[in-house]
Amino acid sequence: MEIFGIPSQALFGQLLIGLINGSFYALLSLGLAVIFGLLNIINFSHGAQYMLGAFVAYLSLNKLGINYWVSLLLTPLLVGATGVLIEKTMLKRLYKLDHLYGLLLTFGLALIIQGVFRHEFGSSGMPYPSPEVFQGVFNLGFMFLPKYRAWVIVVSLVVCLSTWFVIERTKLGAYLRAATENPSLVQAFGINVPRMVTLTYGFGVALAAFAGVMAAPIYQVSPMMGADIIIVVFAVVVVGGMGSIMGAILTGFGLGLVEGLTKVFYPEASNTVIFVIMTIVLLLKPAGLFGTQK
Amino acid sequence: MKRNLISLAVAAACAFAGSAQAQISDGIVKIGVLNDMSGLYSDITGQGSVVAARMAVEDYIRASKSTLKVEIVGADHQNKPDVGSNVARQWYDTEKVDMIADVPTSSIGLAIAKISADKGKLHVNSGSATADLSGKACNANTIHWAYDTWMLANGTGKAIVKSGGDTWFFLTADYAFGHALERDTEAVVLKNGGKVVGKVRTPFPTQDFSSFLLQAQASKAKIIGLANAGGDTTNSIKQAFEFGITKGGQNLAGLLVFLPDVHSLSLEKAQGLMLTETFYWDLNEQTRAFTKRFAAANGGKYPSMVHAGVYSSVIHYLKAVDAAKTDDGTKVAAKMKELPTDDVLFGKGTVRADGRKIHPAYLFEVKKPSESKGPYDYYKLVSTIPANEAFRPLSESDCPLVKK
Repeated sequence: MEIFGIPSQALFGQLLIGLINGSFYALLSLGLAVIFGLLNIINFSHGAQYMLGAFVAYLSLNKLGINYWVSLLLTPLLVGATGVLIEKTMLKRLYKLDHLYGLLLTFGLALIIQGVFRHEFGSSGMPYPSPEVFQGVFNLGFMFLPKYRAWVIVVSLVVCLSTWFVIERTKLGAYLRAATENPSLVQAFGINVPRMVTLTYGFGVALAAFAGVMAAPIYQVSPMMGADIIIVVFAVVVVGGMGSIMGAILTGFGLGLVEGLTKVFYPEASNTVIFVIMTIVLLLKPAGLFGTQK
Repeated sequence: MKRNLISLAVAAACAFAGSAQAQISDGIVKIGVLNDMSGLYSDITGQGSVVAARMAVEDYIRASKSTLKVEIVGADHQNKPDVGSNVARQWYDTEKVDMIADVPTSSIGLAIAKISADKGKLHVNSGSATADLSGKACNANTIHWAYDTWMLANGTGKAIVKSGGDTWFFLTADYAFGHALERDTEAVVLKNGGKVVGKVRTPFPTQDFSSFLLQAQASKAKIIGLANAGGDTTNSIKQAFEFGITKGGQNLAGLLVFLPDVHSLSLEKAQGLMLTETFYWDLNEQTRAFTKRFAAANGGKYPSMVHAGVYSSVIHYLKAVDAAKTDDGTKVAAKMKELPTDDVLFGKGTVRADGRKIHPAYLFEVKKPSESKGPYDYYKLVSTIPANEAFRPLSESDCPLVKK
C-alpha cells in the first residue's frame, strides 16, 4: 500500500523517527515552559544547559568511570545545582525588569558556556556509547528501531507527563501556580516563595541536562549541540503557547512528527517547516495553540 | 551573534626587517585567514589554519632570509556567505588585506573568489571542496589549493565502484559543496559502470540523519554515499551504525572525511571507511616533524588536510610575492602559476592555468582499533594517486581561462 507515493511501511518508520525527535523537543520545551510559566524568564541558556548535561555525562564516564545510569540521575542534579546558583546570584535581580533583561542575561551566559567548551573540546564532538542493554535494534518488520531510541520515547513520555501531573494536579503544583499569580499573598500563607522559585529554575535546568544525557548516545557530544536545537525548541514553545506545560509537550511531539514527514516529502524544507508553522500560528493565534491571552 | 571579528593581528615580522619594498602596498603583506572559527568546520579549519599560516610565515622567512613584513589576521565567517563576503570586502577595502586564505564552505569560497577578482586581490582557497573554483567559476585571482570534489570522487568513488559497490544512494548536504561532490561522484560512478538509485538533499547542518538514512536503507543501494562534511558526516556515520544499516549489508562511502572527523567518531565506528586526502600527518619524516610543531601550537590537535593546505599555500604565496616584487593580487597569482611549488608537506607540484594546485592524492582506509597505536594513528595507505591523475585534467576543464 502506498500513501502519496511512499510505501506505508516506510511512512510508519518516518513517523516513529519524528516521534523520537519530538521527544527531545518535548523534554526541552517542557523545561522552558516551566521556567517561563513560573518565573517569567525566557531562559536562553537552556541549550547550553542541555549541552552541559551531555558533557557532564561524557566527562564523568571518561574521567571517573561513572556509567550512563548513574549519570542519568547525577547529571541533572549537578547541572540543576548550577542553575540554582545562577538564579540565586543573577536571575533573581531581574524579576522586576522587562523580559528582555532575563533573555539577554541567559543568552550571554549561553555564549560564554559554549565558548568555553568549544575552546576546551573543539567543535567536532565526542562519542558517547549507548548503555549495553540498549545496543542493537528491534526489528519491527517495517524498520529497524535502535533499542536506545525506543527507550528515549518511553522515558520522555514518562518525564513529561509526570511533570505535567505535578504542576497541574498536585498541591505543590498549586502552590507554584499560585505563587506566580500573587507571590505576596502566597508568602503570607507561610510559604517560602523565593526558595520555591529558585528550585523551580533548578528543576527546569535539570530537565535540560536530563535531555542532554539522553541525547549523548545519539548525537556527538559537542559544544554546539544546544545552539543548534534551542532555536527549534523556542519555536515549539511559541507554537504551544508560552508557559503552557501540556502545550509544550503536545507541540513538541507534534512538530517532531511534522518535521519527520517533511523529511520524506520535501527534505530541503525540513529545517524550516517548524518556523513556517510558527509564523502561521502566531498570525492566527498570537498566544499559541494552548496559551491563554493575559 | 558570534559576530566577533577575531582580531589576531599578530605580526610575524621578520627578525631583521629591512626597509619596506616600494611595490608592497603600505609596506606590509597582510594575509587574512577567513574560516569557520566556531561551528561544525572549526576543527578542520578554524584556529588551526591561523596557526598553520603563522608557521608558514616563520618558516618561509627563516629559510629564504626574505625581508618581507607579513601580518596574519583571522576572522569567523560562521558558515554564512553574507558574513564572509562582508568580512572580505572590509578586509580588502579598509584593512589593506592582500590575500585571503583558507575559506571552507564552498558557497562562501565561491563568493570570496568573485570578490577577490572584482577587486584585483588574491584568494588562495584550501578549505572549500567544490571543483567549480577551478572549473566554471575559475578566475585569474583565485587559486584552489588542497583538494576538490573531482579529486575526492575520483579517489574514493572510483575505488568503491571498482570493488563492487555499484549501486549508490546519496545523502547530500544541500548547498554548493554537497551538490558539487554529488555531481562529481555520480559522474565517476556512472563512468565506471555503476548506477545511482536515489538521492536526498539534507539541510545544512543537520543533527538527526535517521530519517534520511531510512530512505537510503529502503533504496537497497549497496553504497550510501555521504556527500557532506564535518559534523554532518560524523552524525550520519554514527547514526547509520545505530540503525544497523551497515549490518544489513549496505556500506557507507564517506566522500569527504577529515582526520578530526575520524578522531571524533572513534575507530570502532569509523574502521574500514575508505577516504581520500592529499595530506596525512604520518606520511613521512617531514610531515611528522611539522605535525609535532603544529600540535604543540594548536592545543595538541593534529593538522587536517586543510591546515596543511594553508601552510603550503602561504609559503608559495610569499615566494611569489618576493619573486614578483609586488603584492598586487593579479600579478602574484600569475607568478604563483609560473613558479613550481615545493614544500615539506605536499612535495613538488605546480599551479595550473585554471588555478588548480596539483599534487598527489592518497587513498586511505581507516584502521581497526587493534591496528592503531594510539590517538591519531588512524589511516592505512591503500594507494597513491599520482599528481597527474589526482585532479581533473585540463582537457575536461570548463574554466574560461583554459585555452582549448
